[in-house]
Amino acid sequence: MGRIRSLLIPGVDKQLLVKDAAKLMPDLARRRFIAGGASFGALTLLTGCDVTDSFSAEEMLKKISKFNDGVQAAIFNPYALAPTFPESAITKPFPFNAYYELDDAPDINGKDWKFEVRGLVDNKKSWTLEELYKLPQVKQITRHICVEGWSAIGSWTGTPLRDFLKLVGADTRAKYCWFQCGDSEGYNSPLDMATALHPQTQMTFKFGDEILPRAYGYPMKIRVPTKLGFKNPKYVISMEVTNDYKGGYWEDQGYNSFSGS
Amino acid sequence: MSSLAASDERTAPTTAKVIQPAWVRTVHWINAVAIILMIMSGWQIYNASPLFNFKFSSSITLGGWLGGALLWHFAAMWLLMVNGLVYLTLGFATGRFRKKLLPITPAGVISDARAALTGKLSHDDLTKYNYVQKLLYAGIIVVGILIVLSGLSIWKPVQLQYLTALFGGYDVARYVHFVCMAAICAFLVVHVALALLVPKSLRAMIIGR
Repeated sequence: MGRIRSLLIPGVDKQLLVKDAAKLMPDLARRRFIAGGASFGALTLLTGCDVTDSFSAEEMLKKISKFNDGVQAAIFNPYALAPTFPESAITKPFPFNAYYELDDAPDINGKDWKFEVRGLVDNKKSWTLEELYKLPQVKQITRHICVEGWSAIGSWTGTPLRDFLKLVGADTRAKYCWFQCGDSEGYNSPLDMATALHPQTQMTFKFGDEILPRAYGYPMKIRVPTKLGFKNPKYVISMEVTNDYKGGYWEDQGYNSFSGS
Repeated sequence: MSSLAASDERTAPTTAKVIQPAWVRTVHWINAVAIILMIMSGWQIYNASPLFNFKFSSSITLGGWLGGALLWHFAAMWLLMVNGLVYLTLGFATGRFRKKLLPITPAGVISDARAALTGKLSHDDLTKYNYVQKLLYAGIIVVGILIVLSGLSIWKPVQLQYLTALFGGYDVARYVHFVCMAAICAFLVVHVALALLVPKSLRAMIIGR
């Protein structure tokens, strides 16, 4: 790896190269994955494939991941509820996990914060926290499963998203609810409409009966117990109801987009 | 390769007999590729949240990072599952499992294990498995089924929650999945070592005879 890097650098603007590389490949190890894909492509060149439709492992894997989105959407049962647990099963302390450290987590002032609603909805008004707190809330104790493999049981209280979608007159035939967050890099994630309408998908305002702490996404998190953790956006500032696939922070880097559990 | 060529002459009189039919050879090698992809990407996934106090060296993992490894794992799983289903279906339908793997008696396993450890176990007739082989091959089929089922229960703990519950819940299913992987790795060490020690068995898995 070291030798390849030193070969690449001469004659190339290092800063630009590093910038581009950082965008495409978050860590060094990832470069090996890409390089592996490239050599797979080279192999098919040897067998006489056309350059323009050159095959790479990465492209193939992306296609299979899209296929897996379809498979998961097909087996998603809108009536199947995530298992719920007693209070005694709650994991303490519940882990903090993000691409940033807790100290760098968004520190949002709830009085200034507004939840913006855009796209295919009748009522595009923005909501203050006070207004949202007045909506009927339910509590659920479910298992949060991280894409990394670990899991933790937590207690979340808030308004079912499907009730809110009805309230704002959202077109529920649209494909996605696309959420955006208040962190520095603009975390965002698309949620397929079937999951958005699932009875346990929740606009969460409380964790363990307390106002949602900063670590878990104050002032609002979207809790989706039928998805992996990264599909549960925190510090949410807006929602767009849309038919367009707008990508997501982790989805764009290669995590499977549906990531249902 | 030279040892293969040498054994070719020695076993020439028996070459008329097909030891491994074409379908067995096909599914065997597809399975070999699928298992290696699954294990190497699985190790990278494990590294994101290790169950034990160690990680796998990135030199032996596939995918480069968690996201890449997950793409490989959830792609190769189709190869493993479809190929595995073909194998199980044909294994039962053709009677191969019954003929090759049954019966397995404890007495037979003990006496063959003893013979193997003292170097007295014969591999003259490759069409017949000894009791240790029968036990290991039947056992690894069961492990293969378990690793797929535990994998499904980790992948879909809500949609397949009854399966996940059968494994003792999400967290336990991860351990089951890991232990099955370890069992397959242990099997592979013995399996590959013996195939190299008895090259005509490797040849039979390539050209059938």
